[in-house]
Amino acid sequence: MNQFTGISLQILQSVFVVLAAPLLIGWVNICRAWLQNRSAPSILLPYYTLAKLFHKDAVIASHASPLFRTTPYILFGCMWLAAGIVPSLATNLPFSPAADIIALVAVFALARMFSALAAFDTGTAFGGLGARREMLIGFLAEPAMLMTLYTAAFISGSTSLDTIVASQAHQTFSIHPSLAFAGVAFSMVLLAENGRIPVDNPATHLELTMIHEAMILEYSARHLALIEWAQAVKLFVYMIIGFALFIPWGIANASDPAGLPLAFVALVAKLVTAGLVLALIETLLAKFRLFIAPEFLSSAFLLAVLGMLTYFLNRT
Amino acid sequence: MNASFSGQLVNLLAAMLLLISFAMLSQRRVLSLIKLLAWQGAVLAASTFVVAWSTGQQHLYISASLTMLLKVFLIPWLLHRLINKLNVRWDVETLINIPAMMLVGIGLVIFAFSLASPISQMASTITRSTLGIALASILLAFLMMIVRSKAVPQVIGFLAMENGLLFAATSATYGMPLVVELGIALDVLVGTFIFGIFFFHLREAFDSLDIRHMEKLKQD
Repeated sequence: MNQFTGISLQILQSVFVVLAAPLLIGWVNICRAWLQNRSAPSILLPYYTLAKLFHKDAVIASHASPLFRTTPYILFGCMWLAAGIVPSLATNLPFSPAADIIALVAVFALARMFSALAAFDTGTAFGGLGARREMLIGFLAEPAMLMTLYTAAFISGSTSLDTIVASQAHQTFSIHPSLAFAGVAFSMVLLAENGRIPVDNPATHLELTMIHEAMILEYSARHLALIEWAQAVKLFVYMIIGFALFIPWGIANASDPAGLPLAFVALVAKLVTAGLVLALIETLLAKFRLFIAPEFLSSAFLLAVLGMLTYFLNRT
Repeated sequence: MNASFSGQLVNLLAAMLLLISFAMLSQRRVLSLIKLLAWQGAVLAASTFVVAWSTGQQHLYISASLTMLLKVFLIPWLLHRLINKLNVRWDVETLINIPAMMLVGIGLVIFAFSLASPISQMASTITRSTLGIALASILLAFLMMIVRSKAVPQVIGFLAMENGLLFAATSATYGMPLVVELGIALDVLVGTFIFGIFFFHLREAFDSLDIRHMEKLKQD
């Protein structure tokens, strides 16, 4: 493989994911507005919000430690790193052997740990409350996430996302009940991890229910912009992890750049569909009470374990 | 339909059966439990039909249509009528700690799978790998009967257990002789009627369908 093409493709993919992420949020918001009979905002609204926030002056609590200031950059960095690892447009990129799926989960865990610490840092009641709730959701979602990833890893025989995608995309058609289980479990984890509706409501500032918003209440201006951008990239990356595990068709190989336009079209089609489905879920479901969230996530864990067990059963 | 594809289809249906068993274990409302039971019957009928199609066993078609008729329409309808008459349509049972019960369920599934794997290695049928799932759904229905305290969910647990047994029979041996299957179907139907009468007596005696009251029957 040509070294230069590989590296340029890698840079292209990372930059593409980070730049396109707010567009996905805009699309989900538009779909939600349509489904709820409201007039839709512009699809570019998340970009305007980010631009507005970047132009404001930041207000920081006087007794906040440096941790509070650095956290937005760490969050954004973690998500950008994840965007570079997960194959969205092409497999076999030079950066992809850097981390497998377990390291990827660790990158997300690192981001979560820093956002919780920063929420505690200013010492406000809401920050601590939000951080505790976030950690509750996170510690239940993480095993379920790992189990779904293991199921896919068992089927393709490797924990590297690249190999998983390559082996899934090029095999003959066959029904994998275990992948169906893992797919449902992954969607549940996606909803919980990104603070979408059955677990958390991204549009609320009601103190009794908010989880993610409670953690970032103290942030303003460029810090808030970075955090919201990181959140958008996180949703985008989770979606492309889902595509990579369950519907990887159409993805290009880095040694064959001619497949890129097709891969791009396939990715956009999948994202449009996934955004619509996400908006549909968020419209049809009501937010759970916080105490139902452990039940929701334990069902996700159960489904993922069942998927793995079914794989072992069907192998014999 | 070639053998490997129908085998995969049966595996998928088996996995759905297991999923429905878990859903029943965690379901609080009686009405939804009956719906789940009907769905389980439908999955069972579909899998019997697929096995019949791929192996060419004629009597399995009869078994599949019997399952469809009895377990998807008749018994759920009977149960619906029963809970309407008993006025427990919106009965909600407080269950102890659903996540913990799920973990116990996963333990049972692992136990059933490891128990069934040496048997299924000896078998030569296309559906041999589903024996573990059948065993697991029997055990899960058993668990459901143990943890429920109201009478109607217990009977539903019993019927779910029977579904699991029938699935084990189809998957391990391509079904029992037709006479036996007819006999079991009749037994289940009559059993449902008898349980219905039993419910009314239970409510008359204790003014509740909680079977824990029956412990008071002991003479001191």
